[in-house]
Amino acid sequence: MPGITREEVAHLGRLSRLELKDEELDHFAGQLDEIIGAVARVSEVAGEDVPPTSHPLPLTNVMRPDVVRPSLTPRQALSGAPAQEQQRFKVPQILGED
Amino acid sequence: MADLTRLTAAQTAEAIASGETSAVDVAQAHLDRIDAIDEKVHAFLHVDTEGALAAARAVDAKRAKGEELGPLAGVPLALKDIFTTEGVPTTVGSKILDGWIPPYDATLTRRLKEAGVVILGKTNMDEFAMGSSTENSAFGPTGNPWDLTRIPGGSGGGSSAALASFQAPLAIGTDTGGSIRQPAAVTGTVGVKPTYGAVSRYGMVAFSSSLDQGGPCARTVLDAALLHEAIAGHDPLDSTSVDAPVPAVVEAARNGDVRGLRVGVVKEFGGEGYQDGVMTRFHESVELLRELGAEIVEVSCPSFTYALAAYYLIAPSECSSNLARFDAMRYGLRVGDDGTHSAEEVTALTREAGFGAEVKRRIMLGTYALSSGYYDAYYGSAQKVRTLITRDFERAFGDVDVLVSPTTPTTAFPIGERADDPMAMYLADLCTIPSNLAGNAAMSLPCGLAPEDGLPVGLQIIAPALADDRLYRVGAAVESAFIARWGHPLLEEAPTL
Repeated sequence: MPGITREEVAHLGRLSRLELKDEELDHFAGQLDEIIGAVARVSEVAGEDVPPTSHPLPLTNVMRPDVVRPSLTPRQALSGAPAQEQQRFKVPQILGED
Repeated sequence: MADLTRLTAAQTAEAIASGETSAVDVAQAHLDRIDAIDEKVHAFLHVDTEGALAAARAVDAKRAKGEELGPLAGVPLALKDIFTTEGVPTTVGSKILDGWIPPYDATLTRRLKEAGVVILGKTNMDEFAMGSSTENSAFGPTGNPWDLTRIPGGSGGGSSAALASFQAPLAIGTDTGGSIRQPAAVTGTVGVKPTYGAVSRYGMVAFSSSLDQGGPCARTVLDAALLHEAIAGHDPLDSTSVDAPVPAVVEAARNGDVRGLRVGVVKEFGGEGYQDGVMTRFHESVELLRELGAEIVEVSCPSFTYALAAYYLIAPSECSSNLARFDAMRYGLRVGDDGTHSAEEVTALTREAGFGAEVKRRIMLGTYALSSGYYDAYYGSAQKVRTLITRDFERAFGDVDVLVSPTTPTTAFPIGERADDPMAMYLADLCTIPSNLAGNAAMSLPCGLAPEDGLPVGLQIIAPALADDRLYRVGAAVESAFIARWGHPLLEEAPTL
């Protein structure tokens, strides 16, 4: 198991949408390396025949009747918006200029 | 009437119902106490004076009209800042939600209001409930009322500190890996993680959805039971909510008894890393259970030694996905929206500025564990360990009625000691994590002070899923036996601040 490098931290930061600062890369590299080294032992214990558990309750597809229920008004839904226009969330540019 | 802040929740409700005092007087006494001491403790992030007094006036008006009051009507409560409150700020201890005013109540908030509970304000916590010390709050740490230079536990350190400093008789916590039980243990209070799914997660900001569970915090076992009954029950708005009757926890708390009960001591909890004074008090508790008529059995749960490792893969994996919703588009902080950055860049700049170090660590750890090429070795293996831990519990509960252990390996450590050492911090949850992975029920209650430092030690009781009432039956018996031995509740020995 190779150590976590600062390049890998930068990559994880990009995947996680975190614009990490330069000084954070070294700091997190050491810490993530230590944590991953410690948790890697999970692979020692469980054999092929052990099924995974994703959730404590044996639930599948909990449904409700498909009927209209009261919900937030547009004003309530937009009440925390960083920016809004014409009763919509206003977001920064998502496509390139050309 | 005696100091209203020293009453239990049960006594408070009775005094209000009988007219001995009013809900407004009770609320005002607690608001005055907060005003006098919370500058030192920093249990609250937001105090809702107007809302609390309005709720108290409503209870008094109801009584004046001769209407029946619920068992917690007029009792003040400190609410962890992870539950949404309509019109009252909710930050989850994070800068990314600083200033956000939710437009709706969590189901738990709504139930508290319907029960006539008086919500005093929102309590401090580790950011997004990630931590064991409340030092990860973006708004500064909380002090432990037993020693303000020490941590009050985490993530629910504001709630535990509010109880232990008599700023509220009731509080709400959430427990993903121990965030109700560990703060209870280190502050000499009572905390319960109900069976997974017992308390609705609707309006509770998500960290790790298959582990997160809200629950009651109090100074006595009976008070915790009264609160448990008020907040538990099926909620159609939470698809993982258990559709089963709430166990009779209040009745159990009123009838503490362990005679004939088989109590299992988990062999794997103890040894290296456990403070001597914690083990001394734990062994005394086991002796006490024996004297009270329980049969003590040693049980082995070998997979528990892998619980911490599995947890620190599963919880970060779920958090990396859950926290993707903080994208700076619909609510909360937005940074860098100056016309020169794309939406994606604004998201990354906002998350960088809005999240603290522990949250970033866990998001990246989860992203790593879920990456192709690593998924099977990390997340996949952790899910298998989860199965093995559940099997260990099933085997143990085939032989015993409840399990007991210390709640935490050590008493409250000094603020700053583990702040930048994640692995050392994670060890605080060694004994509490297995119950989150299996989804069963567990309680922490005070079992004395460690001889070497005079700080509270917690006894953990674990019961099978949906048998939460056993926690209260055992807890009430232990609590009354200890109080008889000490001559008073443990918190009487805490500094008065």
